[in-house]
Amino acid sequence: MIINVARKELKSMFSSPMGWVILSLLMFAFGTYYLNGVNDYFAVMSGAMRPAERTGVTQFVGQTVYGFASFIVLFAVPLLSMRLISEERRNQTLPFLFSAPISLTEIVIGKFLGLVLFLSILIVYIGLMLSTLNIWADIDFGYIVANSIGMLLMVASFSALGLYFSSMTQQPVVAAILTFIALFALMFLDRFFAGDPSNTLASLSLTRHFQSFASGLIDTADIIYFVLFIATFLTLTVRRLDADRLRG
Amino acid sequence: MNNYTVEAIELTRLYGGREAVSNVSFTLSKGQVLGFLGPNGAGKSTTMKMLTGNLAPSQGSVKICGIDMIENPKEAKALIGYLPEMRPLYKELTVDEYLTIAARLHRVSAKHIKPAVEEAKERCGLSHMSKRLIENLSNGYQQRVGIAQSIIHKPMVVILDEPTVGLDPIQIRDIRALIREIGSDHSVILSTHILPEVEMVCDHVQIIDKGKLVFNGAIDVLKKQRIGNKLLIGMRNPPAVEAMLSIPDVVEAESLPNGQMRVRFAEDSAPAESIVQTAVKNGWGLYQIAPDQTSLEDVFVQLTYQEQEQAA
Repeated sequence: MIINVARKELKSMFSSPMGWVILSLLMFAFGTYYLNGVNDYFAVMSGAMRPAERTGVTQFVGQTVYGFASFIVLFAVPLLSMRLISEERRNQTLPFLFSAPISLTEIVIGKFLGLVLFLSILIVYIGLMLSTLNIWADIDFGYIVANSIGMLLMVASFSALGLYFSSMTQQPVVAAILTFIALFALMFLDRFFAGDPSNTLASLSLTRHFQSFASGLIDTADIIYFVLFIATFLTLTVRRLDADRLRG
Repeated sequence: MNNYTVEAIELTRLYGGREAVSNVSFTLSKGQVLGFLGPNGAGKSTTMKMLTGNLAPSQGSVKICGIDMIENPKEAKALIGYLPEMRPLYKELTVDEYLTIAARLHRVSAKHIKPAVEEAKERCGLSHMSKRLIENLSNGYQQRVGIAQSIIHKPMVVILDEPTVGLDPIQIRDIRALIREIGSDHSVILSTHILPEVEMVCDHVQIIDKGKLVFNGAIDVLKKQRIGNKLLIGMRNPPAVEAMLSIPDVVEAESLPNGQMRVRFAEDSAPAESIVQTAVKNGWGLYQIAPDQTSLEDVFVQLTYQEQEQAA
């Protein structure tokens, strides 16, 4: 049942130009960064004579692409998540889902999964693109896997937050702006506490938890942070929709 | 185990302390078409939302084929097809895509989806619209898609909120025929404020006003109330009321402007002939005699108006 809701979401994502435009634009941007990364690698490494100065090609190019990707999803996810619930609210199509034999939790998880599946196309694409380096060099697949998992968890967290804001309003644009502001704050929270890295608030920052994945480390503490983050916002969304049914 | 497909038990819904629907109870059996009548804001849509589990009742309960909507919402919802007032259509999809999604969400098994979609399209006259985007369909066809969506999983109960609003007369006729057809093997609840429509398609009528049921019964009862035993007589030289009363079986006579007269006669009698004879004999200049039908509108107004007077 969850999968049916997810399929419906994917279907409507691909039946409007929005999905295709975002996918193609992002892939174009990632491709450009990848190309630049490879070029820069030769430029930088030709100057680095001593072995201590050298980094692997996977890490060098990977950092460029994943660093850019984690920044660009900050804009892409709100644009995609904004319409998930708010548009249904505005077009009054929610009763279609509410009167079908599916629970609210299934609706919310289905919508969330639909968006995450869509975004994971991008992550798989980046992974494949970086793997092509293996034709010329011996690359570190572990690094790519860790980064992909990190990216996936991060876009999933973004989506959960976006879904929640989308459930609060009838206007997709309002949802997008709110999501963007919230994500922006969460991403850069640790910058504000740069002088005091042990501050509790700083450890709420999404960037901080992505960093270990970015350096190729899969840390269970970070995985749990993301999972809890997702669970929190999905629960809030279910509650928000339930309030509709109760209050009307 | 009774045979009720829908049981509403003392449904009450409060909106900020105001009762939008209060203490509505009724039952519906298989193969019945129930018409829900009421002025704007009477609580028709609210009641329907509660029946379909879109809105939680403040008090009372709903049972669909004996399954409680609050305790087992999924099982109960599986037995219902619902078309809300605002059609819940995803306009960016084609008719086929949309109906497939509807079938899938209503637990139609994978190998039955295609035949189910075909059958729903067939019944709603949509077969030639399969590949069209819903957005590009006319209002009437969109309404048909809405109805197709609600019957695709062959539910026990079909609930349609104002299904004929905004359609042209031919489409309205088609949709009424469709509702009758659905009503023969499912139970149907439909709301409307078009009274002749109720007379045409429903076997049962409920009139709701200010959240309260003011009438609940078979359509025949309403019809009887409507036809009554009255005659409307037009004359060029109208006599005095007493002269009319002297005719056997005439119980009551009332003078109206333009020489017309409304006459009530005793039950199971037919005084028309003797009235005509008397009129000819006395040269009243009779030019019209017809049964005086109170329109359904009048009955409706009476029913909803009585309620107001009682409240005052």
